[in-house]
Amino acid sequence: MSRWIPICAVLCLLGISPAQEIHAPQGVTAGEEASISTTGSGKAIFYLFGSGVSEKRDVNLGEEVRLPGSDLQSAGQYFAVLCSGDCNSVSFFVSPATPSILTFLVHPSRVPVAENDAVSGVAIPFDRYRNLVLAPEEVSFRLSAGKVSVLSRSVLAKDGIAWFRATSGKSAGPLQVTASLNDLETLRAVQQVASEPCNLRITGESNARGILVQTEPVHDCAGNPVPDGTIVTFTATAGGEKSTVDAPIKQDIARAQIAASGSAVISAASGVVMGNELHLGAH
Amino acid sequence: MKIILPIILVVGTAGLMVLALVSGGNARGTVGIAGGSAMFTPKSTTPQAALHNLLVDVQRRHWDRAYDALSRTSKADKEDFVQDWTGSNGSLRSFSALEGFDPRPLHITDDQADMRVALHWSTPVGPIEDVRDIHLVREGDIWRAVWPKYKVPTVPAEVVPVTYLRWDLVTGTADDQWGSKNVDAPRVRIISMNAVNTAEGAIVMGEVVNEDTIPAFVNVNATLVDGTGNTIDDETSFDKIDHVLLPKQVTPYRIDFPNIDLNKVKNVRMDVKAALVPASADPVIGVMDQKLDTDAQGKTVLQGELLNESGQTVNIPHVIVSFYDNSGKVVWVSDGYVDRALLPQSSEPFAVEIPRSVSDKVHNFHVVVNQYSLARS
Repeated sequence: MSRWIPICAVLCLLGISPAQEIHAPQGVTAGEEASISTTGSGKAIFYLFGSGVSEKRDVNLGEEVRLPGSDLQSAGQYFAVLCSGDCNSVSFFVSPATPSILTFLVHPSRVPVAENDAVSGVAIPFDRYRNLVLAPEEVSFRLSAGKVSVLSRSVLAKDGIAWFRATSGKSAGPLQVTASLNDLETLRAVQQVASEPCNLRITGESNARGILVQTEPVHDCAGNPVPDGTIVTFTATAGGEKSTVDAPIKQDIARAQIAASGSAVISAASGVVMGNELHLGAH
Repeated sequence: MKIILPIILVVGTAGLMVLALVSGGNARGTVGIAGGSAMFTPKSTTPQAALHNLLVDVQRRHWDRAYDALSRTSKADKEDFVQDWTGSNGSLRSFSALEGFDPRPLHITDDQADMRVALHWSTPVGPIEDVRDIHLVREGDIWRAVWPKYKVPTVPAEVVPVTYLRWDLVTGTADDQWGSKNVDAPRVRIISMNAVNTAEGAIVMGEVVNEDTIPAFVNVNATLVDGTGNTIDDETSFDKIDHVLLPKQVTPYRIDFPNIDLNKVKNVRMDVKAALVPASADPVIGVMDQKLDTDAQGKTVLQGELLNESGQTVNIPHVIVSFYDNSGKVVWVSDGYVDRALLPQSSEPFAVEIPRSVSDKVHNFHVVVNQYSLARS
């Protein structure tokens, strides 16, 4: 936009005492038709400069210059210049239209349960021409886990941005996050996951192949099952030799077969959490 | 003059043909091309000659002649003998070629001999050296190798129940708005890093953990920077890492900088990249009976057995080990491929070498098994 200002200044300086006048339109909305009134008589050349548009056409002085909505889709400052021997110019602003797109950014996509200020979202309204709507629109945020509402809050957008920050829910599973503005609604999903395992306990028994060892159902301290696939490392020490198995949790339980002969001490760990120790004798 | 030139050419060609026939047995022939001493194999009048002839036949895949050259006291049948050399079940050995060999005698009497041979294999993952002890006996005036029965792993017919576990990535379909497809990359962290100088160059090693609740495809990059801030070199962990990490899984990594002196390095910039990847939690491979030991060549090795606890064949197992000193610092990372396939519910031995310079410092170790399965590729 700023690059048009010197051009307009030059065109205007060419005119010493403009005989024609040009009047800027008031309250122009993006995508809507507008008109510029002129005074004087005879032919003139009309220039329009603005965001994404530059236009030149012949007009008759004293008539209205009609600007179609397609010329005014981008919000911002426009310059209209009228030249008939001398040049005269005006500037006017085009405001964004009503919001028709609600862009919604939510972070993170996965979050441990019951973590303070862990979920944040930013909603940005745009009109149908992708102009940022700067008017203070009221955006409603809703967070729900299943049928349980975790948060419901209305925020007035400031400079085109409305945002929230919230604590994650108490149970693992998908958290539906919705932003709505008038009849616009945008949905995002955040996966709430269990925290670190709590009270990792293992049991084992000897069998023909050695020792079958498995965890009890692995939960975090809030009772949420630790996600399947989480690795539990079983370590068996027997006679100066070490055996290890990295086993994934499946249906809440991690299970491993350890080929140990004689007695063995078996322990388990997952991440930074250690489990109990087992002292077993194999067949 | 018209007659002399053709005569010279014919005689020269014939001479070269004869030379080619009698000068066979180059142990380091071109891989994949059989050499041409089929007509004149030197008689196996010494243990060295017998072993050399046997290995040349193996190298050229002349299985009939190689098997016929074995002692009658050998316990291996021909099928076992061939499978011993060619591998099976899509193992690394089945994609490998014997590039060369270096035999040396261990103990020789009038009618018995023990030889140790270093076998140089050319494989898709790079050259691999295998050491094998071979017993030979004299039968008449011919020396022959006594081939032990190769224990072909057999798996009983059984049904192994598997609880399938996998992760699918759902991408937003509604529109292309900002934020509609933003699934965060997995959260991974470098938990240790150590840079050491060796005779071959600088080595950066350590461990990475997947702290997230989804699988991650991980790669570690290291950039060496000199005192003026200029980049000396930039390398990745390549195959010395377990790339697919399940939640809470830890993998060693090692990045080699050949011919670079660490004393010229002012700073090492580490960068770990993680991406969402579809993954499976199977197969589970246990690492049994791990212990530090000394191998036949006097080298310190960590050896043990890999136990496939699942119901699918692991074609190429790959072992990566981090070794810690008594303060828990990673002092070395070694890796090694197992050239036999790991059949369901069966085990295969493995060994990885520890350099002499760090073997005294090793206090503990952590073994990770990476695997390549043809069924999944």
